[in-house]
Amino acid sequence: MSVAMKSGDVPRYTANERVNHWAVALLFILLAASGLAFFHPAFYFLSWLLGGGPWARILHPFIGVLMFLLFLFMILRYWNDNKIQAYDREWGKHMADFINNRDAALPPIDKYNIGQKQFFWVQATCMFLLIASGVVLWRPYFAALFPIPLIRIAAVVHAAAGFVLIIAVIVHVYAAIWVKGTIRAMVRGTVTHAWARHHHPLWYRRITGNTK
Amino acid sequence: MQSLDVQLRSATTTASPQARGAGQPVAKLIDISKCIGCKACQVACMQWNDLRDDIGTTVGVYDNPVDLTDQSWTVMRFAEVQRADGNLDWLIRKDGCMHCEDPGCLKACPAPGAIVKYSNGIVDFISENCIGCGYCIAGCPFNIPRISKKDNKAYKCTLCSDRVAVGLEPACVKTCPTGAIMFGTKDDMVARGVKRVNDLKERGLQKAALYDPAGVGGTHVMYVLQHGDTPEAYSGLPADPKISPWVSLWKGVTKPLLSIGIGLAILGGFMHYVTRGPKEAHDEGDKA
Repeated sequence: MSVAMKSGDVPRYTANERVNHWAVALLFILLAASGLAFFHPAFYFLSWLLGGGPWARILHPFIGVLMFLLFLFMILRYWNDNKIQAYDREWGKHMADFINNRDAALPPIDKYNIGQKQFFWVQATCMFLLIASGVVLWRPYFAALFPIPLIRIAAVVHAAAGFVLIIAVIVHVYAAIWVKGTIRAMVRGTVTHAWARHHHPLWYRRITGNTK
Repeated sequence: MQSLDVQLRSATTTASPQARGAGQPVAKLIDISKCIGCKACQVACMQWNDLRDDIGTTVGVYDNPVDLTDQSWTVMRFAEVQRADGNLDWLIRKDGCMHCEDPGCLKACPAPGAIVKYSNGIVDFISENCIGCGYCIAGCPFNIPRISKKDNKAYKCTLCSDRVAVGLEPACVKTCPTGAIMFGTKDDMVARGVKRVNDLKERGLQKAALYDPAGVGGTHVMYVLQHGDTPEAYSGLPADPKISPWVSLWKGVTKPLLSIGIGLAILGGFMHYVTRGPKEAHDEGDKA
């Protein structure tokens, strides 16, 4: 299938996808800041981002539900693209080459590499753990419905899943900065032909019909 | 209001002022064998602290209110327990904050200075710093703190820290008509408790014991139990209360470890960039 390319660029994300992504990203920042404020006193000052301790406590769960709902759209959008294939595992064996910028040895892959796919599944898992444990912790509305021993477990699950999500996002953001030409995919919606051919040759062939 | 030295402060990683030295630990001793269940202590608590709970409903037993609330910081719990010999024990326990030496509420609290422990051992909620998250409820091994529906702040017995600070005994102690509630230094109260336990043993209550659970480092509210071997019979007083391992995990090693982990992830990314450089997609004709 050939795609019309006015500017000579390859479309990667539609406007809707970009809005969806950045809405989740902005909500994530508010959630991470307020979550860290509750997690360790060293980060308590971050609660001021949401208007201080009580406001952070009030808003954090509502923002969390919103982020979860918006992320559900992303799960649906990208589910199929993130199924791990045999060529991804093959690519994964060359992770050391990839990290050291020796890309010539990398086998061709589709829209996402195995690191990106794992990021997707880790995020999806964390989101479900966070929403489930978050409801158990949510005062004043829901926490009183649950036995105290369960609330204690939920607190640990929430902290652990939040930590994994934050680390995953740090890796995600760094990868976008590291791999040049990537950020514009989510800001402008397009990547260059060179970028697409270099990083995602199977995807490039699939959407452009270009077999070169 | 606060005129007691703070020894521990919630969500605070540096030491509290210590120049004035450790205060004399205080304790309240509740001798259940002398309690007649009159609830004068409940009334005194309401009166001194200006608390008024909603009118409740009778549930068929003397318990009223049936549970601690943001307006009822102490309640009498009445348990009818059948003994092995077939006789009935009517065990009446004045429930409320135990003022743990190692307070789980303070450990769990994320708001700096919302919970403090004074140098005399009293654990107090500084409500204007409270954010209403309810973590203290998860941290407490005795299920004591309650969050107000009006202001979303947590409340519990203060051990009348405002009275103790000016040399008065807590209101419940002041009012108890049988002298079942006593107040003094922790050492004196332990000595008194032990003496009373020995008296009770001489009178046939072989299992009498002083309840000062070591799992929370001892408490600044202690009970004399006629049946010290079965504290649970006293409306579920835990036999061996301690801070839950989940709370210790959540508020212990996890906090510095995960915080450092986040810092290392950012630092690692930065160092990777300055050592390996950016990943460029080369144009047609370039190799790699």
